[in-house]
Amino acid sequence: MIALLRRDLRLAVRAGGGFGLGVAFFLILCALVPFGVGPDTAALQPIAAGILWLGALLACLLSLDRIFALDHEDGSLDLLATSPLPLEGAVAVKALAHWITTGLPLIIAAPLFGILLHLPGAAIPALLVSLLLGTPALSMLGAFGAAVTVGLRRGGLLLSLLVLPLYIPTLIFGTEMIRRGQEGGDMAAPILFLAGITAGVLAVIPFAAAAALRVNLR
Amino acid sequence: MSIWEYANPVKFMRTSGAVLPWVVAGAVVCTVTGLVWGFLTPEDYRQGSTVKIVFLHVPAAMMAINIWVMMLVASLIWLIRRHHVSALAAKAAAPIGAVMTVIGLITGAVWGQPMWGTWWEWDPRLTSFLILLLFYIGYIALWSAVEDPDSAADLTGVLCLVGSVFALLSRYAVFFWNQGLHQGASLSVQSGERMSAVYRYPLYLTMLGFGLLFLSLMLVRTRTEIRRRRLAALQAREMRA
Repeated sequence: MIALLRRDLRLAVRAGGGFGLGVAFFLILCALVPFGVGPDTAALQPIAAGILWLGALLACLLSLDRIFALDHEDGSLDLLATSPLPLEGAVAVKALAHWITTGLPLIIAAPLFGILLHLPGAAIPALLVSLLLGTPALSMLGAFGAAVTVGLRRGGLLLSLLVLPLYIPTLIFGTEMIRRGQEGGDMAAPILFLAGITAGVLAVIPFAAAAALRVNLR
Repeated sequence: MSIWEYANPVKFMRTSGAVLPWVVAGAVVCTVTGLVWGFLTPEDYRQGSTVKIVFLHVPAAMMAINIWVMMLVASLIWLIRRHHVSALAAKAAAPIGAVMTVIGLITGAVWGQPMWGTWWEWDPRLTSFLILLLFYIGYIALWSAVEDPDSAADLTGVLCLVGSVFALLSRYAVFFWNQGLHQGASLSVQSGERMSAVYRYPLYLTMLGFGLLFLSLMLVRTRTEIRRRRLAALQAREMRA
């Protein structure tokens, strides 16, 4: 499992833009928003949390098709499926690699982008915690979507259509948590919901994704 | 005699063919009578004539949810017992459910405009219906994207299971996110909540009518799918010969 993780990470780095590309996309999005809604603090502040979460969603979505597509093309996915490692484990490791290459850099860069969008300093811990709790679920759900669409030729658009509705609960609780952090409200409920969704997703989705992969490899 | 006998396509075709005219007749009678009866009801003292939208809105919304549940059950039967008729029934039901969701949303918008002063409001019920529509669209798109019919049935079945969990989760998450304008249950067995009998009986009739309408449409579409499957099998056999 660790070897697979290291292989995936190395591939992501050497293919160019594994770590950097998601963050660069995030930066462009944050730079474009003020052009769209105007540069005033009063306009940016209320939507900053939403923009940051949407940016995380989209940056995660852009790199999803690479989770399984390349391995499917060169046949290493078949090797993984026949290896002693359960396919569920391989899916979980690949989702983890995806999270390390896209989710983690976003979390590290998020406070900076929060400042760009005039997010008040009080909300930044909430932003960090919500992203830390929420993005693993995004990667895992994305791995499920990628597993379902891996054999399809025009899978990209379908992938976003399938995966984005699954992101809705995470998005709702993530932004709600930042909003409460901004207003100094009680954050216990959204934290618990967000952690609960992520824990449930991490526990159950590998099985669904592995089932979909087995169908596609049949 | 068990329900699993109808997993045999021949038996399903024979029985559904015999039942279909009666179901269609029942659907037409109930829906038309219910809608006409509903149209002739007196005007509500506050809502005026717009209250009559209820006879389309409520049955469509009810069916939109029930059809998804039916698809979930059919997908489970397919995934567990591998009965092809079940997978085809789920496939046949999805577009009907999507249309029911759209009808629910559109009649709701037409009703909301005079009553709430807005066509659309990000109310939990409205939002969760929009999310349900997204799930229907994704499900239908996946069916049409996968070429191999058995793989398509498997993948959409898994998607339906995961989607059901997330549709339900989204429904409660949006309640957390925004409080709404939409009223709560108008008909409820437990709380004894009910509207006036003048509106209630035609509503029951249209609900029954929409249920039968769905049943007849689904039977017709499933029969078409089975015939298409048979044609494909015949063609494949011809190619091999």
